[in-house]
Amino acid sequence: MSAPLLELRRLSVAYGGLTALREIDLSLQTGETLGLVGESGSGKTTLALAVMGYLPPEGRVTGGEIRLAGRDLAAATRAELRAIWGIELALVPQDPFTSLNPALKIGAQLAEGLRLHRGLTRAEAQARAIESLREVRLPDAERLAAAYPHQLSGGQQQRVLLALALSARPRLLVLDEPTTALDVTTEATVLDLVRDLLAETGAAALYVSHNLGVVAGRTQRTAVLYASELVEDAPTAELFQRPLHPYTRGLLDSLPRPGQRRAAQPLAGMAGRIPPLNDLPPGCVFAPRCPLANEQCHAERPPLEEAQPGHRVRCHRWPEILAGTADPAQPLTATAPALARAAEPLLQLEDVTVAYPLRRTLAEVLAGQPRPAVQAVAGVDLQLGKGRTLGIVGESGSGKTSLARAIVGLAPHSGGEIHLLDLALPPDVQQRARPLLAQLQMVFQNPEEALNPYLTIGESLSRPLVNLLGLRGPALAARINELLEAVRLPAEYAARRPGQLSGGEKQRVAIARAFAARPELLVADEPVSALDVSVQASILNLLHRLQDEQGAATIFISHDIAVVAYLADDVAVMYLGRLMQTGPAAALFKPPHHPYTEALLAAIPGGGAAGVRLAGEIPSALHPPSGCPFHTRCPHSLGELCETETPPWQATANGKQIFCHIPPADLLALQPRPEARP
Amino acid sequence: MRQHSIVRRLLADPASALGAAIVALFVLAAVFGPALTPFDPNQSIYESVRVPPSAQHWFGTDHLARDVFSRVLAGARSALLLAGGGTLVAVLFGTAIGLVSGFRGGWLDEVLMRFFDALLSLPALLLALLLLGTLRAAYGESVSAIGRGLGVFLVLAVVYTPIVARVVRSVALGVRGRAWVEAARLQGERLPRILLREILPAALPALAVEAALRFSYAIFLISSLGFLGVGVQPPNPDWGLMVNEGRRNLSQVPWAMWAPAVTIAVVVVGANLLADGLKRALMERDLQREKDA
Amino acid sequence: MFAYLLRRLGFLLLTVVLTSLLVFLIAQVLPGDVCRVILGREAGAARLAECRADLGLDEPAAVRYLTWLADFLRGDWGESYATGEPIREWVLGRVRMSIMLAGVAFVVAVPLAVGLGALAGLLHGKWPDTLISIGSLAVVGLPEFVTAIVLIQFAAFRFPWLPASSAIPVGTPFREALPALILPALTATLVLLAYIARLTRAGVVEELRQNYVRTAELKSLPRWAVLLRHVLPNALLPTITVIAISTGWLVSGLVVIENVFNYPGLGRLLVFAIDRRDLPTLQAIVMVTVVAFALANLAADLLYAALNPRIRVGE
Repeated sequence: MSAPLLELRRLSVAYGGLTALREIDLSLQTGETLGLVGESGSGKTTLALAVMGYLPPEGRVTGGEIRLAGRDLAAATRAELRAIWGIELALVPQDPFTSLNPALKIGAQLAEGLRLHRGLTRAEAQARAIESLREVRLPDAERLAAAYPHQLSGGQQQRVLLALALSARPRLLVLDEPTTALDVTTEATVLDLVRDLLAETGAAALYVSHNLGVVAGRTQRTAVLYASELVEDAPTAELFQRPLHPYTRGLLDSLPRPGQRRAAQPLAGMAGRIPPLNDLPPGCVFAPRCPLANEQCHAERPPLEEAQPGHRVRCHRWPEILAGTADPAQPLTATAPALARAAEPLLQLEDVTVAYPLRRTLAEVLAGQPRPAVQAVAGVDLQLGKGRTLGIVGESGSGKTSLARAIVGLAPHSGGEIHLLDLALPPDVQQRARPLLAQLQMVFQNPEEALNPYLTIGESLSRPLVNLLGLRGPALAARINELLEAVRLPAEYAARRPGQLSGGEKQRVAIARAFAARPELLVADEPVSALDVSVQASILNLLHRLQDEQGAATIFISHDIAVVAYLADDVAVMYLGRLMQTGPAAALFKPPHHPYTEALLAAIPGGGAAGVRLAGEIPSALHPPSGCPFHTRCPHSLGELCETETPPWQATANGKQIFCHIPPADLLALQPRPEARP
Repeated sequence: MRQHSIVRRLLADPASALGAAIVALFVLAAVFGPALTPFDPNQSIYESVRVPPSAQHWFGTDHLARDVFSRVLAGARSALLLAGGGTLVAVLFGTAIGLVSGFRGGWLDEVLMRFFDALLSLPALLLALLLLGTLRAAYGESVSAIGRGLGVFLVLAVVYTPIVARVVRSVALGVRGRAWVEAARLQGERLPRILLREILPAALPALAVEAALRFSYAIFLISSLGFLGVGVQPPNPDWGLMVNEGRRNLSQVPWAMWAPAVTIAVVVVGANLLADGLKRALMERDLQREKDA
Repeated sequence: MFAYLLRRLGFLLLTVVLTSLLVFLIAQVLPGDVCRVILGREAGAARLAECRADLGLDEPAAVRYLTWLADFLRGDWGESYATGEPIREWVLGRVRMSIMLAGVAFVVAVPLAVGLGALAGLLHGKWPDTLISIGSLAVVGLPEFVTAIVLIQFAAFRFPWLPASSAIPVGTPFREALPALILPALTATLVLLAYIARLTRAGVVEELRQNYVRTAELKSLPRWAVLLRHVLPNALLPTITVIAISTGWLVSGLVVIENVFNYPGLGRLLVFAIDRRDLPTLQAIVMVTVVAFALANLAADLLYAALNPRIRVGE
């Protein structure tokens, strides 16, 4: 084997006194793609920035070497790094929206590096800039070069950053969560593009992500970081098939595979939380959460050992795991089997519309024009039975969150009717009486914002009990304890403030608060998408256990179609404020699908098979396309019919309703069958 | 515990600690000063005219043989009453308006904010001069010291209420969409409780910074009015007025001007340092929180 | 862009209307009976009635406001109670003097302040920053009259040829007025300088933290190119607004400065009018200042819009 392009030797990095990376050994061959997976706090972004030689001012390499083609970057001066940046080593950053200069045109931002390094004239650099925009498959490159960043979508901005990174043909590309800020279908196209470009340019890549699925189909090797340690490093396929570290195994088990259903194959949630950097365990960093941890694990830091050729693991018990005599899987928490419930209707939506009015200009007011409005939700009909779970899937701009907020009254619906049992719900939460409020509760996306930081956990939990159930005194205190116990938090948490809790714990409290008044219907808006992967599964399990125990119906909203399919009884797919498809979750992965659903399924990271990809951008909700709203991006569009006529609802043989002109039989012929699963 | 850590951060920084100490000293002087003055601030001491600073007269005596230290000390109270009182009223009204306006949004917010924008385009000193000048034109010298004081007070309240309201409003606007506020609405909280328990705490840091800043500007404004001879009337011990009087006798009794002038500067800079320090302490805390999270 | 312009113009109108209403309320309604003010306490009932009819005080307040505003807009500002002079010529002559003073201060202060503030921001945490920050904080804390007196003392000692009093005749051409302008302009400059420099520094420090700075640095651009091409244009854009706001600061400062130096500008006239209980002159001065201030803000808004691609080029 030739000398590696990048080699980390016992690299340690610290922020102030906090160790962020501990003695990392890692290497990358020329042209190789290495995935680096870790949750927040694992040190993965620190590793990416250390490789770039661009640690934040308080960060410091405290030991070891970073060798790029033999040179030690850890010891390089700024001037030496400047000779490498952009030329041999380039970064594709995480947040495209803030990574381009808002005051400079795209073309100028691409051209300035070229002019500097290659001594090109202004015109030559500009031409080369446009060329590099074409390379990242951006249509209309001339026009984009003359545009400012704010005129581009997030996906386009990320492509510009990719063009920027690749423009000088670097030997190593560091990608720091390049698609995390993007929508799933956009993510899929950008990921394809990255794969193609790497193949074309022959650059090696260090691919940093929190998402195992993103890394799965696109890297040759994958390294797993946990709490500042490299815990496992193996060829990607092997890592997924036979993980040796219990943490890696836990991560793999935390995500529902496409088609996995909670009744048949429940997720195994990982216990505990990621240790903070200022309080790392003395032995193995994963020991406190590990089902196999013994005394040695708690006392002694395991070495990184080569268990198989090319497969390294930092675990005391890998020989037993490899031999199959120890099971590293997290124990399944027993969940009550879902009761078969009579589908007595609970919630009914009829032609529900949510419109956000826009401001008129003075001229428009004077001309007496009606107030323009964005239709976030346009004419949605849905039903939900008692105790059932309805999943709603869609990308940003699909209207799924607006629909959820309309149901609980935070975004008053402007048209149609929402009935809870026989009662027509007043649109605005302020018009709803407290007994009604008790019936409808919501769990929000961001746990960091879910709890008032100025109240203790006990106070937060007491509010619905006092307001909606009228509890006082000892009964109140007792119920607060019950709630904490129900979400598996110790009773002393009642006195803590949100700042002292981890994200997962906050979300547990938020769930407890939502269930406090025993609602009939719980709306959960992306309740786990802001959480670390290892925490997600346990929160999902908690959510559906409480739901089963209390018999509450749930509307579960997510951009992640695999999670929705795992949890829900029925699934609705939304696009541009409209329903595209409804049907039982069990049939979700079986064709025929609505073409948009087909694209969502194809975009599942780690799904492997490259199916259809969507071109273009989601149209503005202010001017939705005529006819079928999806026709501008539909891979199977029939042309004029789809552009002019509103599609009919068609029933499929497997129980779905599809909002499409194409007959289900034709769709079935167009769409691939899912691979058979064991 | 949270407040505690801010105070600790604040005092750990020498500049902010100095600012806090100056402001604290000033408040103490205003509260206890009049009782502690070694001499009657308005009474001439005939045997010691124009005495330079000495052990007996720390800041010397002025052209009318009054003890300058006593006058500076006595001046602290009116400065605090007017500046502190005006700031307080502005903070109370501004907070109430800002909370409601930011939380309600819609046309009410629009109208209030446009109105405040317009009000803000009147420089404070100009408005004060207009008001005090009109009072004087209409009621002559018969306007009592209290009337003038009230006038200054009113101006401070009118000019600073919109500024405070905008600060609080922008926080309220940012916080009202936060999940914890929306959750409170879903849990049947009433409006006053939402405003005071869910939103106001988030605005307190910005409010503290703004109050310290407003206070320093208020001292500045009041002393300018005194200097122009429009605020407090002689022989009352007002710092600005003392500078003006001292300036006319600068060659004979320079200390009579420098003592109040330096005092004004020290108090204003102190309040500014405090505001800066508070802002920095809060920013650092937020950064720390982000890191912890 | 056009809609933006219209909106700003509308706001300018609104500002003038609202502030004029406030001025009217204070100057016309607050005093109660203007005729008593003019004629004094001992005036007989008949003369008071005649005066009220003359001034239209019997009309409802709304009519009086509109008449007053219309008169102001037409340029009919009345005559001074104190000297009987027509107010418009009087005030406008002083406006020119004040603008001359403010102009000198601005031309010196703005580039210097932006330069120093940017320097402090770019070198934040290093000694030039500490020096500039402490210096500007000290100057911000000093009231203008103290700064002015310090400067007068200093000049008397080092530059005895500089006039300590700037009591020149109204209408003195700029060239001749220059020596008298130096000290007051320097005072105003110091005050503006500190204020603008502090805010410019804050803007630059904020901008340095942005992600696009990292993108630029990782292009291997030299430090100066990162700062000049990327950081400064973004950081300086908001200082336009800062400078516009500081004109309000300057207005207040000028009143004090003109009075310290006896410079015959609007601020000196203002205090004179208060001393002489000259209500119409007082109103006129305040209204003129409000309009001037609003125009300055409009100019700043337009400049900001023209330079900011996010407003200039829509979505």
